[in-house]
Formats: sequence, structure tokens, C-alpha cells
Amino acid sequence: MTAAQRLAWFALKQEIEDFLYMEADLLDQREFRQWLDLLAEDLVYFMPIRRNVKFGQQAEKENTRQGEGISWFDEDKWTLGKRVEQILTGVHYAEEPLSRVTHMVSNVRLLEVSPSVEEPAEVVAGCRFLVYQNRVEYESNTFVGRRKDRLRRHGNSWLIARREMILEQNVLLAKNLSILF
Amino acid sequence: MTTNLPIDQMIDQMIDPGRGMISREIFVSSDFHREELEKLFTRAWLFVGHESQIRNPGDFFVSRMGEESVILCRDTQGKVHVFLNSCRHRGMKVCRYESGNTSLFVCPYHSWSYTTDGRLQGVPLYRVLYEGQLDRSQWSLIEVPKLHQYKGTVWASWDPDAPDFMTYLGDAVDHLDQVLDCRDGRPGGSEVIGLHKWVLPANWKFAAENFLGDTYHNPSHRSVDMIGIGPSARAGQSGRRDNEYAKGQHVWVSFPQGHGMHSVWMPEVFQYQPSYLQYPVVDEYFRHCFEERKRRLGDKARLLPFTGNLFPNTSYHGRQPRGLCVWHPHGPTQTEAWRFFLVDADAPAEVKDVLRRFYMRYSGPAGMTEQDDMENWLYATAASSGTIARRYPFNYQQSMGAYKRNDPLPGDVSTQMTEQSARNYYDVYARYLKGADWDTLIGRNNSVRQAAE
Repeated sequence: MTAAQRLAWFALKQEIEDFLYMEADLLDQREFRQWLDLLAEDLVYFMPIRRNVKFGQQAEKENTRQGEGISWFDEDKWTLGKRVEQILTGVHYAEEPLSRVTHMVSNVRLLEVSPSVEEPAEVVAGCRFLVYQNRVEYESNTFVGRRKDRLRRHGNSWLIARREMILEQNVLLAKNLSILF
Repeated sequence: MTTNLPIDQMIDQMIDPGRGMISREIFVSSDFHREELEKLFTRAWLFVGHESQIRNPGDFFVSRMGEESVILCRDTQGKVHVFLNSCRHRGMKVCRYESGNTSLFVCPYHSWSYTTDGRLQGVPLYRVLYEGQLDRSQWSLIEVPKLHQYKGTVWASWDPDAPDFMTYLGDAVDHLDQVLDCRDGRPGGSEVIGLHKWVLPANWKFAAENFLGDTYHNPSHRSVDMIGIGPSARAGQSGRRDNEYAKGQHVWVSFPQGHGMHSVWMPEVFQYQPSYLQYPVVDEYFRHCFEERKRRLGDKARLLPFTGNLFPNTSYHGRQPRGLCVWHPHGPTQTEAWRFFLVDADAPAEVKDVLRRFYMRYSGPAGMTEQDDMENWLYATAASSGTIARRYPFNYQQSMGAYKRNDPLPGDVSTQMTEQSARNYYDVYARYLKGADWDTLIGRNNSVRQAAE
């Protein structure tokens, strides 16, 4: 990498981090409709169910697969739009009153950049998430895991084209996944 | 609990379906929880899994009965077993994988190993340490004495004296069949396409009762009905399902064994209602299945399912969505829920894909409909735990007496929304806690049943 390329890389990484933090902030500020605007029309939003498997079978069997069977989430922008619409009815009791949520995003890395660092059209960014949810009085959940986001250049900003969320749980320890990740 | 009455009298006082009152104690107290585990979950037939999860010799699926881990396993000869997942030596779980294929279950602790038919095979240093003492044939994995396979589903009971499963199921079989049979009316033929497991801080009976025929809770799902999440929602339809049963008579049916179902009895002449509107291939498939089913089943095709609960803790959704859900007790005020999603094994790939996507957005902790149920069950449990709260029973007086026996279907049939299925359920529940004999538990003993009415 030349010095100029390194500089471009850092600039891009910073830009992607800023985007992910801004996006997380929209969710925490409950700006759900604005958040939807950050999603590409062909979005894939996927959270597999994790299974306890024998050593050596992790790659093949540990996670349910996108596009087949049952996962926690395997959906598109339309469905996420419905989730937002539902919260905004004011009678979706699992989110009424609204949960208090903070999304922590860290360990951001650029995993793929195409076609070039200088003129990136698509970026795959890896990160860790720690999502804290507090609800009504005493309910609290902590969702921790890894995320992989495929982002697409859109004017001065980015669109999320694919989000894969690997939650570090087997039996889900929360009663609901009523928040957005 | 707050009384020194003899146990049977105390149960009768707390569970009084005749007056439509049930004490909150049964939903929150650790005493009742312990009694349930000892007297109910050791006897009743429980759902363990589905044959499609153990297709080949050596396949296993780790399941639960009550609060205990069990292994559903197809042995190398093809026979199906259910074992307690606990080594006979020091109790370690012999299997901590969820599913897989094996020829041996090897305990991680001291390496005792068991064959897929449960026999103790390997005991390290047997000759030196155990020769002449340990009779391996007597130390197999603990196996359920009663097991039954029905249309792909596997059920088990820990009670060697339990009646056979079909007797236990009774006339509820007609309703269960609508879940397990192919959409075109061929018997059986379903497969499990995935499994949800989650824990919720609520008593398990709230969930069972919800499926037993509590149609009255519909308003809690207002948000999904308003926005539309059903299989035709992309075509602009509101509601959380397609309206497949237009002109049908809703029926709420309860059975002496404690089962309760909400189904629909269609008129003599009824037509396919267009469904899955934005997916012409899927609509066409279900239209074809609908006509085939009518041709195959004749008058019996008039029965179509919504939800139901097989006593004590196996619930189902019959069509949209379709699956079985087991509400495992997990402490007095916690439940571990396992949902098994079903499709016809031979349905076209596009049909399966549309169904699985609908199932995911409807069901379970990530499902837009059922999230609201979880919220209700949690806070109903929490707000019933207090000392003052426990003094006041729940009201179960909805549509008292408004049912007919065996008209137009077998069972106690109500054509209006009712809590009769719940009253009946807790009546049977009380009999288990009192340690009744099997004739009483499954309603063969009519004098008991009539006395309760």
C-alpha cells in the first residue's frame, strides 16, 4: 500500500465508522423512519439461530442459513418497514411503552472494498455489537454479537444492502426480539 | 400457599371451574410447580419431536420432557427411542449437542458409553474395577416406558400405566390431523423446517391456555391486524392471516382428556378463498390442495384448524402459520418455549419459501404477532405474584354452559367464544394434582365428569 492508499483507507474506515454510529444513533433516538431510509431496496437482514454442534461441524452446522429454514430474522426491507409501522401504531404492546435501547458498535474493520479504496462503491464492514435494552421497569436484555454489513455508496452517504447479525446465544435468553439491530 | 387444608380440598378450593374461578397460586407458586412436575409431567403424554428430525439410523435430537433433558434417537436398527439424557454413573448429560448422528453416546465425565438403543456398552477399566459387581445390562440409559409415533410426531409418557396415545388423544385427533396431514388431505407427510427455542419469564400455563381456545385475546394483536403482515399483505391486505375460512362456523371444542381446540366447521358447500395473493404459484398450489382435500375427505374436509392445545403443554397453529409449540416449565414463573415449524415435505420450493418467511414474521420472539403475547404473559405472571394479588382468583366465567355435547362435532362444542376449554383444562389439571387414576384423567369415569359439570 502506498502512503496515499493508506490515507484513503483510513479516511474510508473513518467514514464507514461514522455512518455506522450515526445509524445506531437513529435507532436509539427512535428515528425509525429515517433509519429505514438507510436500507437498500434489496436489503437482506439476517440473524441465524446458533446451535450446539460437535467440534469440526461448526462451519457446516452451527448457524442456520440465510435463504432456507427458520432463523431469528431472514427478511427484507418490506418486512422491516412493517416492523417500524407496527411500533408506530402505538398498540404494539411488546414495544409500548417503547424500550430504552443503546446500540454499542465497536471493532469496526473494512473486510472488502470494491472496486478500489479511492473510489469505493461497495464496502463490507465487520463489527461487534452490544445492544442494551431496558423495558418498562425491571426488564433488561443484553444482546452481544458480531455483525457484517454490506454497504453501498449512495451519493454522499451509504445504504445498507446486507446485514448479518451473529448473536452469541443458543436458546434465546430474551422473551422477545422486538428491537431493531 | 396460605392454607392448612388437606391437599385435595385445597386444590378444589383453588381450582373451581364450576364457578369459573381459578386461583392465581397455580400460576406463581413453587408448591404448585413442584406438584406439576411430580404428578402431571411424570404421567401425561408429552410431545418429544418429529421423525423428520431423526430420519436415519443413529440420528438423534435432544429434547425435553417437563424440565428434564431427553434424547430422541433412532437406533442403528431404525427403532425410535426416548432416553433421559443423564449418565447412570454420575448423571452427566451424555449428549450436549442439539442433534446429529452417532453410534455411541459417550459420557464426558467418566466415559461410560451407551449404544443408540440405550445399552451401556463401555465402562473404562471394567475388568479391573467392576468385574463381578456391575451388571451392565441393568444400567442402560433410562428409557420412557411409553412411546408413540403418530403421523410423523413422536410422543412419550413416563407412566407405564398410561393409556395408549390414541386413547389419550381421543376425538381431538380430528383437529390434530388438520395440522399433521398434507394440505391436500393425504395423511401425515409433514416435516420440521426449523426450531425456535427461547425462555420467557411467565408461567407455562398462560401460553398453553392462550392456544387452547382463547380467541378473546384478539385485541392484543391489533397492531398486526392494522398494518397487515399476512401472506397477502404485500398485495395490500390488512390482517395477520388470509381470510381462508369465510362463511365458516367457528367452533371451540373441549375434550375430557383436557385438550381444547379452536377450529372452523365450514358449510356443506364452501369454496376456496384466494390466498397468498402476491404469489400466483403459491395461490395456485393451495387452490389445488384445497380441491384435492375436499375430494379426498368428503364431509370431513369441512373441519379446518386455527389453534389448539393437547393436554398439557403442546400447542399448535393449524394453517397460517403451521407448527407445534411446546411450553416447557422452567421454574414456577419461567417457561422455555420450543416451536417446531411444519410444512408438507413434498411442497414445491417456492411454497416452502413463502411459508417460512411468513412463519418468521408471525411467530416466536421475533414474530410481530407473538411478541405481544409474550408481553402479556410476562406481566400477567409478574402482577399475580404478590401477596394481595394471590388472594384474588382469575375469572373464567365466559360463556358458562354455552356448549353442546357432540353437536355438530365430537366433544363439547361451543359456537361462541368461550372459556369452556380452559375450565375443562383446569378441571383435568386438578385431577392430575390429586393423583387420580387414568379412567378419571381421560374422562372414562363419567360420574366424575358429570359431577364436575
